[in-house]
Amino acid sequence: MKIAVLSGKGGTGKTLVSVNLAAVADKGGYFDCDVEEPNGHLFLKPSLIGEEEVTSLKPVVDMDRCDGCKVCVTACVYKALAYIPGELMIFDEICHACGLCTYLCPQQALKETKRVIGTIRRGGRGSLSVHTGKMRIGESTGVPIIKKLLKKLDDDLSIIDSPPGSGCLVLETIEHADYCLLVAEPTMFGAQNLALVHELTRVMNKPAGVLLNKVEDGLNPSELYAKEHDLKILASLPYDSYAALESSNAELLVERSEKYRTFFLELLKEVVDEATLAAQR
Amino acid sequence: MIIAIPAEEKSLDSVISVNFGRSPYFCIYDTEKQQSTFIDNEAAGRPGGAGVEAAQNLVNQKIDTLVAFRLGDHAAKVLSGAKIKVLKAVNLSIADNIAKVLSHSLEELNEVHPGGINKG
Ligand code: SF4
Ligand code: SF4
Repeated sequence: MKIAVLSGKGGTGKTLVSVNLAAVADKGGYFDCDVEEPNGHLFLKPSLIGEEEVTSLKPVVDMDRCDGCKVCVTACVYKALAYIPGELMIFDEICHACGLCTYLCPQQALKETKRVIGTIRRGGRGSLSVHTGKMRIGESTGVPIIKKLLKKLDDDLSIIDSPPGSGCLVLETIEHADYCLLVAEPTMFGAQNLALVHELTRVMNKPAGVLLNKVEDGLNPSELYAKEHDLKILASLPYDSYAALESSNAELLVERSEKYRTFFLELLKEVVDEATLAAQR
Repeated sequence: MIIAIPAEEKSLDSVISVNFGRSPYFCIYDTEKQQSTFIDNEAAGRPGGAGVEAAQNLVNQKIDTLVAFRLGDHAAKVLSGAKIKVLKAVNLSIADNIAKVLSHSLEELNEVHPGGINKG
């Protein structure tokens, strides 16, 4: 069972939920796809088993061959190229390594060259494997990193800690998931973000449920949204200072208190049951 | 000399567009002919790389000088590589800024901001 944990923005407690779920599961794998700022390992503290680089093929130009026809400049959909008299400029941070320019150049002046865009670390914590992807600062896309990271998905149980937002990195993680757990905050803004990611899961045709986080007394726009849109509420995690304190010290809730251990064990069971049900539908 | 200025509308009475790469039009002013033309900025709607494309189009127009409020670092690199001078606009009036280029009273635009990168 592969479960993606999602939220429309950072800071909703997505990582907190992911790492605690992974820790109570104590099997399968935890995959940190928040490649710009992966921090799940800070909580899980895995032993390092291996590290590999992720490369992508970016063009380099041989100016002796280039005649300035600008075929590549016009063709590049990401506009990573510019030609000024005597020089072809290549903006690596904009380039998505699609290879089109090299393919099209009539003078064979371009050549694809391997460049490191990030790293993947794989480690362990008891019976749980911990996988972390990290993108180099300034790179245009983390998609190749996530693709490589998720090659080792465990069919038995995988918790995928998705990047925040609703961009193409998020789509990449949803694509690999059997079930999406959406983490939502109890504010108007939180409900808007919830609506965005919920829409994504619908477009991608993935079953989803919501965890209401930081719940306090009073109106919860995210809860209202879920009820109005037939989105199953799996659990509510109350906002209490204890939780905030624990998470800020990079400690696992489930290790410190039986109460949270029970909560996350139940949540895990609920999610797996829901995902199994959805798979049978 | 040929001057380019990002413009909100296709008119000398319109105002300067503050965002270089996403400016809807460019005013191209030829100081010898004392003529202005307006070109569409095809890069305006781009999620990323708009600055690079807009700069490339201006290089293709063979301009010598750009007047703008702000510029991304990628676009700045393309323009400076093509030896195009970038001057800092002093107010929103296109006509006024052209006059100020001619009287050499504009300063060079030195600060650039990180270019918009298409994340994803
Ligand atoms: S297509 Fe090839 S020859 Fe033409 S400008 Fe690009 S690199 Fe130069
Ligand atoms: S590889 Fe693709 S994205 Fe990169 S410069 Fe060439 S055409 Fe543009």
